[in-house]
Amino acid sequence: MTLNREYLKEVFLKGPLGLTVISVVLGFVVGAVVLLIAGFNPIEAYMAILRGIFSKPKYMSYVIIYATPLIMTGLSVAFALRTGLFNIGAEGQFIVGAMVAAMAGYFIHLPMLLHVPVCILLAASAASVWGGLAGYIKARFGVHEVISTIMLNWIALYLSNWSVTLKSFGKQGTGKSYVIQETARVDLFGQWKITEAGIDFIRSHRFWGDILKSPVNVGIIFAIILAFVMWYILNKTTLGYELRAVGYNPHAAEYGGINVNRSIITSMVISGAFAGTAGALQVMGVSHRIAKLAAMEGYGFDGIAVSLIGNNTGIGSVFAGVLFGALKYGGSKIQDAVGAPTEVINIVVGTIILFIAMPKLIRMILQARNKKG
Amino acid sequence: MNSIDFSHKAVEMVDVVKKFGDFTANDRINLTVHKGEVHALLGENGAGKTTLMNVLYGLYQPTEGAVRINGKPLSVKDPNVAIKNGIGMVHQHFMLVEPFTVTQNIILGNETTKMLGMIDIKKAESEIAALSERYGLAVDPKAVIQDLSVGAQQRVEILKTLYRGAQILILDEPTAVLTPQEIQELVGIIHNLTREGKSIIIITHKLKEIKQVADFCTIIRRGKHIDTVEVDQVTEEDLASKMVGREVSFKVEKDPQPQGDRILEIRDLVVEDSRGIPAVNGLNLDLYKGEILGIAGVDGNGQTELIEALTGLRPAKSGQALVREKEITNLTPGKIIQQHGISHIPEDRQKRGLIFEFDIAENLILENYATEAFSKGFTLDFKRIYRNADQLIEKFDIRPQNSKLAAKALSGGNQQKMIIAREVANDPDILIAAQPTRGLDVGAIEYVHKALVDQRNQGKAVLLISFELDEVINVSDRIAVIYEGKIVGIIDAHDADEKEIGLMMAGGTA
Repeated sequence: MTLNREYLKEVFLKGPLGLTVISVVLGFVVGAVVLLIAGFNPIEAYMAILRGIFSKPKYMSYVIIYATPLIMTGLSVAFALRTGLFNIGAEGQFIVGAMVAAMAGYFIHLPMLLHVPVCILLAASAASVWGGLAGYIKARFGVHEVISTIMLNWIALYLSNWSVTLKSFGKQGTGKSYVIQETARVDLFGQWKITEAGIDFIRSHRFWGDILKSPVNVGIIFAIILAFVMWYILNKTTLGYELRAVGYNPHAAEYGGINVNRSIITSMVISGAFAGTAGALQVMGVSHRIAKLAAMEGYGFDGIAVSLIGNNTGIGSVFAGVLFGALKYGGSKIQDAVGAPTEVINIVVGTIILFIAMPKLIRMILQARNKKG
Repeated sequence: MNSIDFSHKAVEMVDVVKKFGDFTANDRINLTVHKGEVHALLGENGAGKTTLMNVLYGLYQPTEGAVRINGKPLSVKDPNVAIKNGIGMVHQHFMLVEPFTVTQNIILGNETTKMLGMIDIKKAESEIAALSERYGLAVDPKAVIQDLSVGAQQRVEILKTLYRGAQILILDEPTAVLTPQEIQELVGIIHNLTREGKSIIIITHKLKEIKQVADFCTIIRRGKHIDTVEVDQVTEEDLASKMVGREVSFKVEKDPQPQGDRILEIRDLVVEDSRGIPAVNGLNLDLYKGEILGIAGVDGNGQTELIEALTGLRPAKSGQALVREKEITNLTPGKIIQQHGISHIPEDRQKRGLIFEFDIAENLILENYATEAFSKGFTLDFKRIYRNADQLIEKFDIRPQNSKLAAKALSGGNQQKMIIAREVANDPDILIAAQPTRGLDVGAIEYVHKALVDQRNQGKAVLLISFELDEVINVSDRIAVIYEGKIVGIIDAHDADEKEIGLMMAGGTA
């Protein structure tokens, strides 16, 4: 028993988990201070967030729906980071994925069993090209991926905005594309919900009925599968060995006979596919169309935060994505509940990341506590 | 013996204990250095020398024990206090800003200023010139660091400590990067310093230099104080056995062996360095089976570029390298390793040779992860990977014996053993060993040399590149001297004369 406790202590103190937990706690503490300064009661505000997450089954369902794309863009960033690349371009890859999925969902006519995978595959491939392009530019010309992916983000945004102005694809004057076919949607019970039986069910079953009031979809399952895929590729395959070797030490990888340039491109291709899948599932499960964007939506940028909070691992990204989704959804409620601005949530998330980026500080805090206790 | 003032104890470390968690890095170590004394600190890698010096220098706080400087108790809190107390350290890896001048580097963080905070560079320059002359350092205060030789850069580091008023100088492995001639110059400088009443602590594991320059020597083994001896009273063998804890043989045991067939042929090879200047400039060399060919030369005469061209890490501009009559120039590293049987113990083991974050087992398959031995299709076969690691750990005595330990947790010597294990396990026809014993202690050096001779005895060809002339002479069958990118002479190791080779290394003709 003592041994077990010692072991847990060791993992907590030395491993990344303790760091993350402490950072999250500190994030909330700083958020509370900011709320106090602004003249709000932080306990009330946080209670409002908690109520906004847990008080109804529908809310929890929304948290998952919010979390789904963030998990996948988080995986995209995490995959690249594990192989030594900083993919700021998950945003653009997400947009490309969403656009291609919306097109494939609208233009192609296929039975559902084929239509869904075809849409996802096309979207992921297009986003792979988007990511791979940044990898190629780095490998061929030495342009840093941070620069090239930021530029590709803007190109993706305007490409997407232009696409909805096309007569065949966009509803003229609305700034929106046509909605995708039923066969390309991944909502659960989307059609059935509006039938009489469905409405009856929602009325008579409190728990499941309430959940069905949110746009439930299968995206989260894809997200979890992708987390597993990422873990498997990185840790179990020869490809993962190459990519990790290049990420940790490209000089040693080159010395060992690994083609460093090819690895960079491969990694960006896979990273792009993850972000593209996120965009596709967002269209296929939630929005069913794309719209003209005034600014970037931030799915990819939030993915950077998710990846960092999740310690760049698959499983970590899943949990961090859910945390992020919960904060985003629950946080949107504090404006109504206590009048505090929703931006406080951004402060909390920002602070968490700031502390995660300062592992030495956290470790000092942990060790000081340890000495006393 | 230098002019030692035995009544004046410059440094006194009494029963110093330094613990990191459960690990005791220094266990009751005593060290006394008098004014004007050169004191060598001898110990294997990981014995605790650097920890002890870091305690003295103020980077670590001792867990127990006392440190006294000039008789005054001192609890050094940070390096700035150490500098104020007259302690200066010259690190093994220089801490210089390359595009700055000597003066700019020396005054960095300690600038003398005129009115309005303007740097008084003239005054600093004249002070530095005076110091340089006084101690015979021959450094031009206006020279830019990147134009200076390694030896001169080291003298700048020494000057930096003197400029800050150091009375006690700690030199960490000062000769590791120097040519034989530069080492002689350094010895002269050390004598100048002690004559002026400075005390010097040298961290080293080169016994020959201890004999040459030190008055006293303290030996540390596994964190414990083994002995402090008067250097004149002991032999190199005594020092070595005290350090390692067993008898050590300096002589590389090898029986004569007839030269085999030619396996590597280098013809008019030209390789450019990163600045586009030909570093290897029309080099010709032949390597035969069953021999160790040593390349002697001062650092920066094209050795690095030659090795990188032979291993596919750098393109060759012109000329050829042929293995068994087949061209290998400008092939990829993977092809050269897999198809032409060249293995390479890299010069910079931390940059090229290993991946810190990978465990020992993963590092041991760096070249072969995708071969049938360690993978099935796309997936790695971890059972075989770890079985392979356990076997190599056993055979090559890599410690700790834990294949799941990250490479960064190993000592330098064990990291090197790991790399050698991997390269030898490849069963190469040609083994290129670049600086294979750099930074290793006597015990580990003996081990590495044995491994090289082993390869040779099995009929493999070994190309040894080393800046340690002793090593080249001891281990090789033939010695090729490289100067400005060309081989300027080939000598049979039996007839090798250190002075003659030293002269050729410096560009003179024998």
